Amino acid sequence: MRRVHEPPSAPSAGVRAPDRRRSVSFHGLRLAVYEWGPADGPPLLLAHGGFDFARTFDVFAPLLADAGWRVVSWDQRGHGDSDHAALYSWDADARDALAVLDATTREPVPFVGHSKGGAILIHLAQACPHRVTRLVSIDGLPSRRPAPDIADHERTRLLADELSGWLAHRRRAAGHVRKPGTPEELAARRGRMNPRLSREWLRYLVSVGAREDRDGWRWKIDPALRPGGFGPWRPEWTLARLPGLSVPLLGLLASVSEPMGWDTTEEILQPFLPPETRIVTFPETGHFIHIERPREVAALVLEFLAC
Amino acid sequence: MLTKRLRHCRVELALHRLREGGGRALLLLHGLGERAPARPPAQVEAWPGPIWALDFTGHGGSTLPRGGGYTCEALMGDADAALAELGEATLVGRGLGAWIALLAAGARPRAVRGAILADGPGLAGGGPRPTSPMIPFVEADAATPPDPFALAELSRDVRPPEYACAFVRLANERSGLARPFTVCAVERPEWLRAILDEPGVEGAALPAALAAYAAAS
Repeated sequence: MRRVHEPPSAPSAGVRAPDRRRSVSFHGLRLAVYEWGPADGPPLLLAHGGFDFARTFDVFAPLLADAGWRVVSWDQRGHGDSDHAALYSWDADARDALAVLDATTREPVPFVGHSKGGAILIHLAQACPHRVTRLVSIDGLPSRRPAPDIADHERTRLLADELSGWLAHRRRAAGHVRKPGTPEELAARRGRMNPRLSREWLRYLVSVGAREDRDGWRWKIDPALRPGGFGPWRPEWTLARLPGLSVPLLGLLASVSEPMGWDTTEEILQPFLPPETRIVTFPETGHFIHIERPREVAALVLEFLAC
Repeated sequence: MLTKRLRHCRVELALHRLREGGGRALLLLHGLGERAPARPPAQVEAWPGPIWALDFTGHGGSTLPRGGGYTCEALMGDADAALAELGEATLVGRGLGAWIALLAAGARPRAVRGAILADGPGLAGGGPRPTSPMIPFVEADAATPPDPFALAELSRDVRPPEYACAFVRLANERSGLARPFTVCAVERPEWLRAILDEPGVEGAALPAALAAYAAAS
């Protein structure tokens, strides 16, 4: 029997839905693309972080759009309204980003990305330096490997745990569907990943990032995706490449450690920063800097893009 | 030839039985761009038990996914789906399949009763350290396997020696086997040279390796 739920809360102050929506089909995979701002304005590519979706920018993006930018964002594969894919990888996310950019303009544009989205755009900027003018990373600059000094046997045990957890998830995920709940329950679940964000905001995210099925609300994100993971990649490799970035970089850093953050500090980054870099660390701010302090972040970004 | 269809997330995998028999299975993992052979290759015919071969994602009779995104970790999940079906198995991996056999043996040390690493396409991957960032251009959607995304992406994946050695340590500590890995490959990319220096890894010819694993309980 269908239970009756309250609808998610009304949008918070300052929230603005995208002005336009379209989709980009990449080799049969459909990506949902959103735009804020004048259709004939200069484009700007905006990338969300892992386990987020473009509409987490519903407050931040309009602030850039109101300054005249045509802000273009998209739901990464498996996230938001984009297709769930059979395979996910860093390279695939960067290629999807390029597909969205190709469908927007062939001219170089500024890249702005949060968390993993910032890291993907750095990768894209390094692979295609002719497509980018400036780069803003919102708490998406690499850190060192966590706990580099743990003993080998301890590292082996951690790897064993990650592997068995990941494989168990893969075996389950074949018929897996996300757990349904009320909007309030979904907001509470997300609150564990976003402990600093207000309940009102989390409920708003449910209204744009979840859908209502017959048995309740579910986040749209692909249940096959799983936080954490393992693989051969080392964050220090990303750090080592950073000095070669060919465009000015604005790096915003959080100062409060959070589950989704990378704990990057200016001190770690200092030896790797390209010549034209500005780093701003936000005091008493968590990983979602643009959600906690949208106006301050937008002002910094607009000033940087106007240089 | 019997073919079982296995589910690995959104991918349907083809697992082929090349030869019936009792006892522990031999599971063949093909190289990059290859597919499971139609008949047991002559080199493995001496195996006493049943012989199975898996088509990896994007290869042979398995799903061709849309838009790429291949990782060796996902292919390790393919191998794990086959292990879930077969229970215990001894692995013979060619090229890319040798690297996947290494990962699977470390991740499932109880199910993998010996991994034989042999020459084949994709043995070196993208080398021990990252190469320059690039976004491989893949022109058209392939109607037939192998998936061009697989060829592009799985020939660029990084295979650091220390990452390889971590999987050897897992198998050494948890499989109970004295020699979880046997290297038959003549080509020796850096990861393969590195694991040959680890305990539990030895070089041998394929017939001797098969005989040793067939005899081991």
